[in-house]
Amino acid sequence: MFVTPAYGQEAAPADAGADTHAGTEVPGNAAHEGGGFPPFDSATFASQLVWLAITFGLFYVFLKRVIVPRLGTILDTRAGRIQQDLDQAAKLKGEADAAVAAYEQELAEAKARANAIGQQSRDEAKAEAETARKAVEAELDKKLAAAEGRIAGIKASAMKDVGAIAESTASAIVEQLVGKADKAAVAAAVKSAG
Amino acid sequence: MPISAGAASALADRIEEASERRDGVKQVAAADKVDPIHQFHINPIFPIHVGGYDVSFTNSSLFMVVVVVLTGAFLYFSTAGRALVPSRLQSISEMSYEFVASMLRDAAGTHGMKFFPFVFSLFMFVMVANLLGLFPYFFTVTSHIIVTFALAMLVIGTVVVYGFAKHGFGFLKLFVPSGVPVALMPLVVLIEVVSFLSRPVSLSIRLFANMLAGHITLKVFAGFVVSLGAMGTVGMAGAVLPLAMVVMLTALEVLVAALQAYVFAVLTCMYLADALHPSH
Repeated sequence: MFVTPAYGQEAAPADAGADTHAGTEVPGNAAHEGGGFPPFDSATFASQLVWLAITFGLFYVFLKRVIVPRLGTILDTRAGRIQQDLDQAAKLKGEADAAVAAYEQELAEAKARANAIGQQSRDEAKAEAETARKAVEAELDKKLAAAEGRIAGIKASAMKDVGAIAESTASAIVEQLVGKADKAAVAAAVKSAG
Repeated sequence: MPISAGAASALADRIEEASERRDGVKQVAAADKVDPIHQFHINPIFPIHVGGYDVSFTNSSLFMVVVVVLTGAFLYFSTAGRALVPSRLQSISEMSYEFVASMLRDAAGTHGMKFFPFVFSLFMFVMVANLLGLFPYFFTVTSHIIVTFALAMLVIGTVVVYGFAKHGFGFLKLFVPSGVPVALMPLVVLIEVVSFLSRPVSLSIRLFANMLAGHITLKVFAGFVVSLGAMGTVGMAGAVLPLAMVVMLTALEVLVAALQAYVFAVLTCMYLADALHPSH
């Protein structure tokens, strides 16, 4: 039996403690339980109903008369103001769009005008250059013709000289070969050869 | 030395008995230190008796007054500036206004807006009463069935009175859904009538029970903190758990307080929609 005393010792103080506690606690507990469950205590119903009617009634009237109209006005004013601002913004945007369109049209016109001016000046320059070129060409042609005429004259005189040189050369050769030369015969022979 | 079977079982009985008693003591001690029902007691402040009825100004009445004055003053002063660009406080008032307005418009259409002041005051009253009740030592007006039932009856009464005034006996079409076979009609009408009659009950009990249960739960867990804290170092360490629970429950109760006010207002809107358009 060496186990029992230990258990007994442990159990005994617990027992004693339980007894004293139970003795002191129970009356207080009972006192609390006395009133029953408060929400189902019908003795308080009349008071709660009356005061609820008074307070909630006044609350309802106050909200209906003061708060709801006031909040409604605030929200309506704001909605109206926002709508007004949106309308104005739309109007301003329309104006801005029109300005942009006008600007772009002007830009396009200016571009077209610039192109036309450029084209015109290009054409004029081209025409001027063309006339200048033609004048120069005509001048050159004239000079060419004069030069060609001169060349032809020189060539003709040179060709005449060539006949004389050939005759003298031929008669000189003939003289060297045969001792004497018939000038007329040499001239005829050169002419027929030339 | 062998232990006899009889002695052993007697010993076991004694040990069991002792531990049972110890548990019992613990429970009694806890219940005494923190009575979760105590917060719902109604105590008269100024006793008033009229014609045999006790209509004393009680702590409940005091908190009704507090709720109404607080809410009314907030709505009044926050909107006093009538600012085009609202301040934070004015935004709160405007948001609650628009919240209830859109709720009512969705449920009952633009015709329903004539009930807006009613639904708005109901929503604000219930929500502020619920939220205010979460403060320690504050009384929760909506934790009493008679208050929530009175509000629910106000809603149903409005529905019935307005329904008959507007549609006469046509209001009874509410109980006769169109497109139901004639053979099933009596059954359907019976179900519709029962569901209509149960509306004030469900409306009031939902709010009452949520508030009651939430506050009891909070108080019970808070009571654990107190009881465990009295048990020395180990108890203090153990009390951390219920304390965390109380913190989380408080957050949950804030949600429940707002949600129940919303549910109450939404159902009010739906019932009012029935009064406006009885035919299904």
